[in-house]
Amino acid sequence: MNGKLWAGSAIALLLLLVALAGPRLAPHDPNRQDLASVRQPPVWAGGAWRHPLGTDSLGRDILSRLLWGARVAVVVAVASAAISALVGVPVALVAGYARGRVDTVLMRVVDVWMSIPAVLLAIVLMAVLGLGLWKVVLAIVIVDWTRFARVIRGEVLALREKEFVEAARAIGLHPLRVMVEELLPNLVPLIIVLVSLEMAIAVGVEALLSFVGLGVQAATPSWGAMIAEGRGYLMVSWWGMGVPMLALIVAVVGFNLLGEGLRERFDPRLRMAA
Amino acid sequence: MTTAPALELRTLTVRYGARLATWEVDLALDPGEVLGLVGESGAGKSTVGRAVVRLLPEPGRIEAGAIRLHGRDLLGLSETEMRRLRGADLALIPQDPLSALNPAFRIGFQATDALRIHRGLTRDAAVAEMVRLLGDLGVPEAADVLQRYPHELSGGMRQRVLIAMAFSCDPTLVIADEPTTALDVTTQAQILRLLEELQAERRVATLFVTHDLGVVAHLAHRVAVMYAGCLVESAPTGELFRAAAHPYTQGLLAQVLRADVRAAASAGIEGVMPQLAAAPTACPFRGGCSRRMAICDETMPALREVAPGHAVACHLHQGT
Amino acid sequence: MSVRFLLSRLLLAVLSLWGVSVLVFAILRILPGDPAVLMAPVGSTVQDIERVRREFGLSGSWWAQYGAFFLSLCRGNFGRSLWLQQDALRVILERLPATLELAVTALVLATGGGVLLGACSVWRRRSWLESGAVTLGTLGIAVPNFVWGLLLIVLFGAILQLLPISGRIAPEYEAAEVTGSAVVDVLLRRDPAALGSVLAHLILPASALALPLLAAVFRTIRSDLLGALGEEYVVTERMKGLGEARILFWRVLRNALIPTATLIGVQFGFLIGGTVLIETIFAWPGIGQLTLQAFQYRDFPLIQGIVLVYAVTVILSNLAVDVAYSFLNPRVRLVS
Repeated sequence: MNGKLWAGSAIALLLLLVALAGPRLAPHDPNRQDLASVRQPPVWAGGAWRHPLGTDSLGRDILSRLLWGARVAVVVAVASAAISALVGVPVALVAGYARGRVDTVLMRVVDVWMSIPAVLLAIVLMAVLGLGLWKVVLAIVIVDWTRFARVIRGEVLALREKEFVEAARAIGLHPLRVMVEELLPNLVPLIIVLVSLEMAIAVGVEALLSFVGLGVQAATPSWGAMIAEGRGYLMVSWWGMGVPMLALIVAVVGFNLLGEGLRERFDPRLRMAA
Repeated sequence: MTTAPALELRTLTVRYGARLATWEVDLALDPGEVLGLVGESGAGKSTVGRAVVRLLPEPGRIEAGAIRLHGRDLLGLSETEMRRLRGADLALIPQDPLSALNPAFRIGFQATDALRIHRGLTRDAAVAEMVRLLGDLGVPEAADVLQRYPHELSGGMRQRVLIAMAFSCDPTLVIADEPTTALDVTTQAQILRLLEELQAERRVATLFVTHDLGVVAHLAHRVAVMYAGCLVESAPTGELFRAAAHPYTQGLLAQVLRADVRAAASAGIEGVMPQLAAAPTACPFRGGCSRRMAICDETMPALREVAPGHAVACHLHQGT
Repeated sequence: MSVRFLLSRLLLAVLSLWGVSVLVFAILRILPGDPAVLMAPVGSTVQDIERVRREFGLSGSWWAQYGAFFLSLCRGNFGRSLWLQQDALRVILERLPATLELAVTALVLATGGGVLLGACSVWRRRSWLESGAVTLGTLGIAVPNFVWGLLLIVLFGAILQLLPISGRIAPEYEAAEVTGSAVVDVLLRRDPAALGSVLAHLILPASALALPLLAAVFRTIRSDLLGALGEEYVVTERMKGLGEARILFWRVLRNALIPTATLIGVQFGFLIGGTVLIETIFAWPGIGQLTLQAFQYRDFPLIQGIVLVYAVTVILSNLAVDVAYSFLNPRVRLVS
């Protein structure tokens, strides 16, 4: 097991635990405002243990919001990565297996899709769909399924030439069975890697959408929204922005390390454009 | 007065991580002499060539020994001093002419580097010189060849370019590392004839590394045979073909003369070549030898002279 | 390079443009909800909504609607911005140079920085430079660029107070725009102080925009160089007596640039997309900043125009990369 895989799994596991147990761990209601104690510093900067990471400009406990925000981040990461794979992988299988005209048409669609910058497309979609956690997931899936389609299709094209696939086709196995029984199992490592990397991207996109106010609803604590709120008071209370930003960086780097560690583990020479 | 050998190797030992690629190899080449260094792949013959120019691939290291070029110790030189020798006194003709040329540059640019670096020629002068050299090597329309990229040329043409590059600064030692292996049979013959002509004309000391005894038969003055990183026999070419003393060499010869693999097996080459990890404590060829004796398992035979200029490392020939 | 190759790429670009028009049409009109209500400003009367419906051809079948939409696009009619009460395309094109200036600067920084850092990390193996570069490569890819933007603002703007964190030029140097590019403008004015101010304003947002791509370029270059150093042709280069640096930074690097060109082509879209957030954070007056402003005013004609212009930019730059690629790689010319 390599260092990247270790660090990545540790961070991912920690995030998962926090997401599951977050509401129990949180010392306060994340949305309870206390205008008597706004912008309290964290304990190491002279704050009290009542609010270990300090409070924001409305007196809300930053630790509690951070823990609840982890939940949003993990739900969005897992759901959007998994659903993107569910959409992208079948398209890739069909395109790579059928080749020819079907492949050309599907890949053109992917190209066109990708020529609208992902961030912009996500923002437009959120504006049309409206706010909400599952709408964020939907927007990320609509934007990022192409990533799976493109990378996996390349792998399918390569696998298709392998002898075991040729053999399966030669004995007249139904194309669907070739795809599911012969091709899919060989794609699993690559899919796992892509899902891990997609989780990193999804966490980033969720934060970004919430940062511009087009993410989850205002009442749901999200790291992106916390960063946006803290930004206004940067000079008086850096922790309002610094703490959620650090959490975000640790999360995206963690999922990324997990993906890269897995990639090196499965095949050191596995090359992708992801 | 005796002149120093063009190249002299003393107990050259090269290690790749846990594996010894060569073990205490002694060789000497006189100026103008062609030495055929023969062995199967993995015998360490290419490693010897790369060690001489000090360009061993990672993680190769020269563990012990000395390399002297005209009496000058190469292992004591700095990297800068070594660089001054490469392309000038020392030249290398590589094995695979496609992968040995840089795919991103035109021939005219990359083939004239040595002329510009070592002979201080301007770009135009270097190109003119290269056109002349290629013309001498029988390349028609050499100026046109220089305008092309490597992938646009045939294997034979690329190898001619590499040979012209190697000879462009009048080297005193050429290392030819299986220069015909990657080519088709017809081109092989052409390139060999070309090397023969160059040799006749220029008399440059050449270390000709090959796995094919037949190739060196009429090119080399002397032949040295390697097995599992060790030098097992060396002799003047005629002597070797007439009276090979080592069972391994005899097997190789049988292969060449009868062009029959089964004949080689019957003549004594069997089994897989072992890989050395440490100093050999027994004859490395004992596993494939049809004339194995008890002593072969106990000590490594030393290289002994059995006739003038003919040395062999075999227990069959240890008595005087 | 063959004319056929160029033509096929051009055709592909046109096809992509058409595809984008379909996609934009679909997103803004087929998703649930009455598009006329969605597009009308908040607090519109029924008459207002009907006017929007008429103006955007939002009645009749989808096919008829798309036909009308496509025809007006072909005529360069992107509609009228509800917020600014001007022709949407004109508003966008006025702001586009600022975005392009930022994006091109970031592209240059990402390519130059990534290539240089990649080559240096291979040149000086097992040094602090290598480990630093590898760490930056990992962070750069993972961390989204709006976070980089905020970090740079905190570090250089708030803590060190070295660089300005908003706008394109200090107020005292402001003058009427000539070319749209602030850099070109001040160069034309031959005013070194103003040039300094423009570059100081440009460096932070461009760096934030560049960092993810820089990290990607760095990693590709690095792995290609490490792989290439084991190639036979490197032995040939060394056997000519060439120095290590010259071999690495020129002979081998040139080969590694070919896959990097492809990478930049794929990634340029991401970089362009990053301008939306970076321009907002750094108050950079381009179409990225305009995007979020347009959303605040629910100015859909403007949003639609912005999306189309962004897509055109990406498609055209991909076309440019394809052409550049065929110049870089002598083999493509034969194959295609």
